[in-house]
Amino acid sequence: MLAKGKKMNSAKRREKVAFVILGLITLLIVVPIVMTILYVVKNGAGAISWEFLTQPPRNGMKQGGIFPAIVGTIFLIIGTMLFSLPLGILSAVYLVEYAKDNLFTRLIKLSVVNLSGIPSIVYGLFGFTLFVVFLRFGTSILAGSLTLAIMSLPVIITATKEALESVPFAFREISLSLGASKWQTVRYCVLPYAIPGILTGTVLSLSRAAGETAPILFTVAAFYLPRLPHSIFDQVMALPYHLYVISTQVPNMPAKISFATGLVLIALVFLMNLVSIILRAHYRKKKQW
Amino acid sequence: MILFVVSIFLFLLKDALSLFGVYSVRDFLFGKNWLPISDPPKFGMVPLLLGSLYVTFGAIIICVPLGVCSAMFIAEVAPSYLKHVLKSLVEILAAIPSVVLGFIGIVWLGPFLRNWLHLNTGMCGLTGSLLLAFMALPTVISISEDALIGVPKAYKEAAFGLGATRWQALWRIILPSASSGIIAAVMLGIGRVIGETMVVLMVTGNSPVMPTSLLQPLRTLTATIAGEMGETVGGSEHYFALFAVGLILFVITFIINFIADLCLRKARK
Repeated sequence: MLAKGKKMNSAKRREKVAFVILGLITLLIVVPIVMTILYVVKNGAGAISWEFLTQPPRNGMKQGGIFPAIVGTIFLIIGTMLFSLPLGILSAVYLVEYAKDNLFTRLIKLSVVNLSGIPSIVYGLFGFTLFVVFLRFGTSILAGSLTLAIMSLPVIITATKEALESVPFAFREISLSLGASKWQTVRYCVLPYAIPGILTGTVLSLSRAAGETAPILFTVAAFYLPRLPHSIFDQVMALPYHLYVISTQVPNMPAKISFATGLVLIALVFLMNLVSIILRAHYRKKKQW
Repeated sequence: MILFVVSIFLFLLKDALSLFGVYSVRDFLFGKNWLPISDPPKFGMVPLLLGSLYVTFGAIIICVPLGVCSAMFIAEVAPSYLKHVLKSLVEILAAIPSVVLGFIGIVWLGPFLRNWLHLNTGMCGLTGSLLLAFMALPTVISISEDALIGVPKAYKEAAFGLGATRWQALWRIILPSASSGIIAAVMLGIGRVIGETMVVLMVTGNSPVMPTSLLQPLRTLTATIAGEMGETVGGSEHYFALFAVGLILFVITFIINFIADLCLRKARK
């Protein structure tokens, strides 16, 4: 009896030790995350001013602001959304609502999985050879947006698929039993309820796209272009590329400006994430089933 | 979708094949020198591939134990409020753009490692590995956590019924049952690390030599494409060589993702 109690105790003790170690390891991960963000905020916040956000860079990037890069990134986000959203949603609707479980469908699903694993730099190469060279768009907003759009597709498709699958099956059965066609069912009884999930996934994937550098290196990004773009065939500056350039290729760059650029980029990406979280919370409250 | 995958492959293949018209495949695959602007140029991708493997290996060694342990903590140990906080922190980490982490590598981590380990330069494989490990954590944590949560409750209850502590149940029952999901997490982590470009371009020192240790400057496949593409003339051998490197990357990630997908499918059964 005594021996058994002792054994129990040592097992309990071992459990405690193990959990403390797991907790410490988790802490080891959490601390750098918080530190990284605080570090950028602390060093960058001082340089952010109205002028920094609304003026083009001057004096070899060492002074002035980052206005053209902000505008460029926003254009790229909009362009990416215009291409990837319709295509992504339609593919997902097809996959969930129409596709039969055959070899073709399985191939599509496998392709989506593989698209999501392709390195961003390979997307950059592909975008360059297809859009910039082959289709003669030149380095332009159009080429960059298309490249980013293809990159975002897998995330949007996966999110849309999950959203569609979470709509109860009964909705479809009732609609069909009332004589609605397949398309009417999808349009009026499934899509409206899947929209929150779709929006959440889309905004998240766009925030990813906004922070990407590798795919835009050769397809759109300009080193220095103080004016704003006039058409979709213009080059633009973009925040992530700007940060890359000023932190690696401009000698004696004041660190303050690099930090501030990083801070604006992080803030933009977090803002988009926040929007998606709020959307999710808002719609979850309204959900009635 | 199939069209996209196939066309990405074909466009890379088309330009890569143009290289092999003038440069032998064997020299490309097994050559030990990457000297694209010397005369005659040499496009041996071994140093770049090794660079990628070194950095990836370093990152995975650091990232997997940390990631799996914290996934265990989040999934089974943490109380529910802490779980939410930790999960959102991991999401925040996933949202930080890679170029920002690369920048931090340049201004802080690189110099810090140089002083601490007395290196010639802080821009080396280790800096890259550390940052990449950090970047791959969200992937590893969230997928391992899903795998751990996906283990049927009955397993755990049966273990408790037999008098196991929570730790014994977690370590001996839940973790082994989730193993194929965790392998998938590791594979996807590797895929993420090997394909990451900006961080390695910015912090690993950009020297395409045969790497011998992680404390030296080296260069990866991805960084080579990103770094040299801007300097090449369209249609030159060098240009096509970079597409050949892209093709290699595509094939590597394709295989890794395929394995990960198989593991995930097995885990779901």
